[in-house]
Amino acid sequence: MTLYAVQKFLFELNRSDAAQVAYLADRHAVLEPYDLTDEEVEALVEPDIGKLFHLGVNGQILMHFAAFHQIEWQDYLQRMRDGIALHGPVREGVYAMTTGIDEVVAPVHQQPDQQDDERS
Amino acid sequence: MSLVFAGVCSHAPGITGRADQADPAVRDRFYDALGQMRDDLHASRPDAVVIIAAEHFANFFMNNMPSFAIGMADRYEGPIEDPGWLGIERRDVPGDADLSRRLISEVMRTSDVSYAEEWKFDHGIMVPLHFLTPDYDVPVIPVNVNCQGPPLTPLHRAWAFGGALRRACDAVPERIAVIGTGGISHWPATPDSGKINVDWDLDFMDRWCRNDRDALLDYDDLTVYADAGQGGFEIRTFITVAAAADGAKGTVHFCEPIPIFAVSCTVATYEL
Repeated sequence: MTLYAVQKFLFELNRSDAAQVAYLADRHAVLEPYDLTDEEVEALVEPDIGKLFHLGVNGQILMHFAAFHQIEWQDYLQRMRDGIALHGPVREGVYAMTTGIDEVVAPVHQQPDQQDDERS
Repeated sequence: MSLVFAGVCSHAPGITGRADQADPAVRDRFYDALGQMRDDLHASRPDAVVIIAAEHFANFFMNNMPSFAIGMADRYEGPIEDPGWLGIERRDVPGDADLSRRLISEVMRTSDVSYAEEWKFDHGIMVPLHFLTPDYDVPVIPVNVNCQGPPLTPLHRAWAFGGALRRACDAVPERIAVIGTGGISHWPATPDSGKINVDWDLDFMDRWCRNDRDALLDYDDLTVYADAGQGGFEIRTFITVAAAADGAKGTVHFCEPIPIFAVSCTVATYEL
């Protein structure tokens, strides 16, 4: 089933402290009730953010999963880019990518002294 | 009574969660605009704040997705996100189930709507509340318009819902503030996050300020997706507020892109 089941799992994980504890204790067991392919299970267990984005997981769901795993924002964006580079364009869903693989869309603001440091 | 305040603002999680990564010169002027909105909101002495948001799969999923939903509880909680990630501590937020019930009953007369006696607020509501009711001393009534899971709420239905909401506000004795939250053009939570179509945003806000129904409804999802990204689907919340304002004209107090926040950060109000 697939993308629906992947997203349903992430939706339920996001809402439930108990599900989060269970996921951290035994990732495979908590995924058992969901109708998932081996590829999807592997991506959810890893967690492989790039693969999940490639599979079509809505960014508004995936973002929470990345935050749950304490993945920092710029790292989250990079993992999605890496997923597209490795696996190809988003397969389905509404969250396709429209910019280039190496495009920097939202740079972190650099304080003037930081810029000086980088130049030196 | 009726509406005593109507406005819109951005709700992107970066506004609180990635504050330290933005250019402080622009960021602080945006925060100032939100501060002014907070002062104006409180000056209107609302008994409740109706927040029209585009929630992001925190409560509603594709197993049973309502086009419209209104909360009906005395207490909500949020944020559902990791508090450290969002930069907002988890807490209870006061509601008003009795007022909700009366508003919902009136809205139902002319618009379909789901009601929800539990609701976990996500950033779409928590970020605006963080700035607008920082003491959490005004009851909140959450409203959701489906901007996330296609097929989405048609724009003209969002307009009709806004009209129904206004009639409901007119029918209760309480003083009601209505605040719509969402991004205009944006590609949130994707590698494109930070891409912003400023011209599109300013054109949309011009239509919003004129409260021009035909112009506000003159979009379709395909062109919105192409020009404004999937985040642009959230114009439904702004359109709902426009209809609720019932012909009032608006002013944009702030609308500038802050890429690390992923949107043209926006604060705008109607002169009721």
